[in-house]
Amino acid sequence: MSRLDRAGIARLVAADIPPGSYVNLGIGQPTAVGDHLSPDSGVILHTENGMLGMGRAATESEVDPDLINAGKVPVTETLGASYFHHADSFAMMRGGHLDVCVLGAFQVSYTGDLANWHTGEPSAIPAVGGAMDLAIGAKSVFVMMTLFTDAGAPKLVPSCTYPLTGLRCVSRVYTDYGVFLLGPDGVRVRETFGLSESDLRDRLGL
Amino acid sequence: MTVVAESADDAVAGVPDGATVLIGGFGTAGQPMELIDALRRTGVGDLTVVSNNAGNGSHGLAALLAAGQVRRIVCSFPRQRDSHVFDELYRSGRIELDVVPQGNLAERLRAAGAGIGAFYCPTGVGTPLADGKEQRTIDGRDYVLEYPIRGDVALIKAHEADSLGNLVYRKTARNFGPVMATAAALTVAQVLSVSEPGSLDPEAVVTPGIFVDRVVACPSPAVFAEQGAAG
Repeated sequence: MSRLDRAGIARLVAADIPPGSYVNLGIGQPTAVGDHLSPDSGVILHTENGMLGMGRAATESEVDPDLINAGKVPVTETLGASYFHHADSFAMMRGGHLDVCVLGAFQVSYTGDLANWHTGEPSAIPAVGGAMDLAIGAKSVFVMMTLFTDAGAPKLVPSCTYPLTGLRCVSRVYTDYGVFLLGPDGVRVRETFGLSESDLRDRLGL
Repeated sequence: MTVVAESADDAVAGVPDGATVLIGGFGTAGQPMELIDALRRTGVGDLTVVSNNAGNGSHGLAALLAAGQVRRIVCSFPRQRDSHVFDELYRSGRIELDVVPQGNLAERLRAAGAGIGAFYCPTGVGTPLADGKEQRTIDGRDYVLEYPIRGDVALIKAHEADSLGNLVYRKTARNFGPVMATAAALTVAQVLSVSEPGSLDPEAVVTPGIFVDRVVACPSPAVFAEQGAAG
């Protein structure tokens, strides 16, 4: 089996989301997970700008400027959707009501620290959005990302070098080369794609 | 008591230089464009603006920034695909930026409106945004002390109002409106229409009129398409 493409990773994440969960899909890559959730899974999507029961992206004729997702993309509502203000929306996270959140990442540490909001470069304009609230808020935080940077450096690391988003918050990392379970006992490799587990551990220095 | 203003200009009259202005909206959804334009026309300056983003395109909040009337902005996500006005001001050192996690922004506004002195929040523990802040461990979990954000003025957009200032919103344009309405000394709401008391279903009112000082009908607000951008 070769390494997964983005859709392959998204399909894998979708398959692991328990039926009936309340789920927030982060902006960017994680949004694609929604395409692989079956309608009868009963999964209800949360978007932090104030909606449960978010539907698919709007077609051109469905675009409503008052109905957007956290990435500011026009979306649709599903039957049974609800709207609420921002403080309630983030209470859903912080209060432990949201079951799963799926986020992208620059780096994840072996102990589940997450870095996904800022490269730390002096020229970069910092922008955190809801990332820090999501990271510590959902009951389970899954990360989906490529395992290596374009330059070949691992993004699953002993400790993050980028500014942190949250401490010990990530439980699983879905990547093109494998799925990793993070816990107090360290990193467990659940499955690999395109590399053997030992080759993968070598490349990561695990 | 809520005043029904005749125009957006009347609705924002009296905002002083140096004021802290809460501006509703998530991107352009719920952004009170007509009130912001009216505020800009007053020529008021040295403002601190609290808003989720730092303006889109060259209209609304972005136009207020471009006019040089804002000294400092408090927001969660300034950088967007169409935030070129803010980006240029920031890079040339002409605007101060205070980045606040989105949930903290909402809760700090809520706390201000609810008379809470400060609160311990788990968001941001161990990150650079908690640097220098008081921390405390409660029941084994670490928290950061966060203070309320109060506004001198809140400019928000709702869908409809009655003349008592009761507000209903529409879809995700609700976003920061209800919490900002509670958090300012003077709350101004623009809506599509202002109707007689009794025309809104009391069960459907989201912001009760007690939180709204001025309301103004802007029956055909400007709508600007978003250039899909993060945050």
